[in-house]
Amino acid sequence: MNIEKLKSAHKLLCEYKYELGKIEKGYTNRTLYINVGDNTISEKPVTQLMKDKFIGGKGFGLYYLWHAVTPKTKWNDPENEIVIGSGPIGGITQYPGAGKSLVCSISPLTGMPIDSNVGGYFGPLLKFSGFDALELQGKADKDVIIFIDGNKGTITIEEAPEEAIDSHVLGEQLTEMYAENEEDKRNISVVSAGSAANHAYMGLLNFTFYDVRRKQIRLKQAGRGGIGTVFRDKHIKALVIRFAGVKGNLNNADDQGKINRTGIKLHKEIHDFDAQQCRMRQVGTANIIEVMDQYDLLPTHNYKFGAHPDTHKISSKVFTGMITQNTPDGCWYGCSLSCAKAVDHFELRTGPYKGQKVIVDGPEYENAAGLGSNCGIFDPHDVLELNFYCDTYAIDTISYGTMTAFVMECYENGIINKEITGGLELNFGNADASLEMLHQMARGEGFGKLAGLGVRNLKRIFAEQYGGDPVFLNDIGMEQKGLEFSEYMPKESLAQQGGYGLTNKGPQHDEAWLIFMDMVNNQIPTFEDKAEALHYFPMFRTWFGLNGLCKLPWNDIIPASNKHSNEPAKIPEHVQNYVDIFNGVTGKNIDKEQLIVQSERVYNFQRIFNIRMGYGKRIHDAIPYRAMGPVTVEEYLSRADRYDGQLKELVGFNPEGKTTEEKMAALRSYREDQYQKLTDAVYKRRGWTMDGVPTIEHLQAIGMDLPEVIEVVKNHL
Amino acid sequence: MKVLKRKPELCIACHACESACSNTWFKEDNADKSCIKIKEEANKNVILSCTQCGECISICQVEAISRDKNGIVRINKNACVGCFMCVGFCPELAMFMHDEYIEPFKCVACGQCAKQCPTNAIYIEQE
Ligand code: SF4
Ligand code: SF4
Ligand code: SF4
Repeated sequence: MNIEKLKSAHKLLCEYKYELGKIEKGYTNRTLYINVGDNTISEKPVTQLMKDKFIGGKGFGLYYLWHAVTPKTKWNDPENEIVIGSGPIGGITQYPGAGKSLVCSISPLTGMPIDSNVGGYFGPLLKFSGFDALELQGKADKDVIIFIDGNKGTITIEEAPEEAIDSHVLGEQLTEMYAENEEDKRNISVVSAGSAANHAYMGLLNFTFYDVRRKQIRLKQAGRGGIGTVFRDKHIKALVIRFAGVKGNLNNADDQGKINRTGIKLHKEIHDFDAQQCRMRQVGTANIIEVMDQYDLLPTHNYKFGAHPDTHKISSKVFTGMITQNTPDGCWYGCSLSCAKAVDHFELRTGPYKGQKVIVDGPEYENAAGLGSNCGIFDPHDVLELNFYCDTYAIDTISYGTMTAFVMECYENGIINKEITGGLELNFGNADASLEMLHQMARGEGFGKLAGLGVRNLKRIFAEQYGGDPVFLNDIGMEQKGLEFSEYMPKESLAQQGGYGLTNKGPQHDEAWLIFMDMVNNQIPTFEDKAEALHYFPMFRTWFGLNGLCKLPWNDIIPASNKHSNEPAKIPEHVQNYVDIFNGVTGKNIDKEQLIVQSERVYNFQRIFNIRMGYGKRIHDAIPYRAMGPVTVEEYLSRADRYDGQLKELVGFNPEGKTTEEKMAALRSYREDQYQKLTDAVYKRRGWTMDGVPTIEHLQAIGMDLPEVIEVVKNHL
Repeated sequence: MKVLKRKPELCIACHACESACSNTWFKEDNADKSCIKIKEEANKNVILSCTQCGECISICQVEAISRDKNGIVRINKNACVGCFMCVGFCPELAMFMHDEYIEPFKCVACGQCAKQCPTNAIYIEQE
């Protein structure tokens, strides 16, 4: 790697100097604006209104994005922004999961705001360098790198023609280039995309951290919604930040001791219980693969089924053997839950890096399920190879997995054929075909390029150009609002159908994961119970994104006190921890109810932002029938006893002597009706009209009645 | 290597060790700043102190903890980012935090406390 040569090809386009900031109680009170179209850089003050109403992180991101775009803005218009920020708690090193960056943009897949939560060091280092958030706007002519030196107070935009595009190479090159020496590498974080983000709508952003023990960079993904595609469309090759001097008190917290004690308490819990509970330190999120299979929840063959006899081949045990041991890693300092896993020295068998030994960041549950079981692929090496290439090419593994599963079902149903796929035999289980499609996506060629447009576009194209039945395509295409479903089978849990469908950005489980509460433990039997859960959990979980936090340390480790709690699903002791660290950092004095109101404001703002962009109403909350029940005879028969029983007990329809088609129709009308009733209950609980629009009274009650917000809502009431 | 050894059954909870330790390292008589702690429980006294087992070494993500040439487990304060994971993960509960400091502290087997112990409940041993 000839770094000098790469560097000497750089052309300086703009240099900006700034006063190093001071962080007070979690805020630098300043944000950074960079326009790569005209190479301007400026600073903006953080207003009291922003702090009061939007808190930080995703709140700031949505706020800036709202003011940057118009209702007509498309993802690839220059005014679209990518906003990156942490949040007031972000960057503390004592409480696990406090180093997240939140990224917001108008999504190529959905046409409305998307937000993504990502590890790696960029967000905290941005704050320590003096900025609560970074707005990127405009479009460069040629590929540029933006470098922020948070110790010197300089920012440069440099034309950078020669570096790699793919993240695993580019991240190393830039870490080497901008670090002053080996010791300094830990102070660098790079944000980059990859070659497939040049073509596909499901492009992601990789955020690095330097792993001092492996002496290599690690990649964490802002996966959902195609933000990497926007990044490449702006001709940004990378953002690089350097900040040396991370200590535990840089947030200038109001009460550091309180934060330390709360953090130590959780470290101790993780030390005592993780090995018996989730085994996050040992195997990470992949721990649940076989559990999902057991409960019939592991998406298999495009969500047709929830289990497969071959799941044991990609079980957590198999991956545990492949993950390099003894170095539990956090994606930011102080994360003792340490779900970040890696397989070292993985030899690639396909593609441009064939034969090289690489480090694969993963496997995570979503990857094993999406790239694996959902596509009928049960070889762990194939899952890792797909995982690696998705990451370095900058492709969201969830969208890729769900899209590939859809395409495979279309192929097996004859909607598309070898001629259309250019020879790819996209049967379930064909890992080679999936890999080749991914490589095509990176080259911008053939069927892979088309596939990169995502399920929503493919449904239309398959119907319009290849004569596919639009009704069937809509039933089996697992997307909503343009975003592909994440990897849980919601068919048998009405609450989770709502957890996917009644969301702001699309069917991602980060708002609510209620399957166990609903289906396994039967804790939320009525519509009102479900609606309460679909109010509380999305609000609670939104709060992580306002503060720069990770969700996992909330309920992937359970404190001893939970046994005696009357609301065990909420993990009350941990909720109190969050109240404590928020107050400890900011010096405010919120309680657990006010925490929810903080989220409600931003949540409703985002809903109204969707409405402003032409979405966000009841029709957009509809979900494909595959998410609700059996679309095909094959699916019905696979669970015939369960479905027959339900027809008898719940629907009052006697299945005796009826054809499968008749039974399917009866079940379908029942389940679709249930979803509508759930939607009514949830809208009511959230203070929305039956069309899904927040009412003015509700906005006033929660304190989100800003004039620009009311202006939008008025036209939809 | 030198290790501070304990015989809790001999401990009379006079807390002289805590004073000695905090005076040595923090120049004040303050049990909260001691690397050894005496906990008085119902019918016994418990001595919390480091066994130099080294488990905290691999816990630290930034390699701020290492064994020195004499086998003593030490913290490099410059590299430490104050996460206190080592505090939560020490099997002996012998890594400590005090609100006034952003790095943890622990026993380095200097032996000052043992000198003050009237019953030899703690003593330095070469292993
Ligand atoms: S639990 Fe995992 S994702 Fe969350 S902060 Fe820790 S290492 Fe990062
Ligand atoms: S501080 Fe604890 S973990 Fe570290 S060496 Fe001492 S006893 Fe072992
Ligand atoms: S507190 Fe310091 S020494 Fe202890 S684990 Fe964290 S960084 Fe390492």
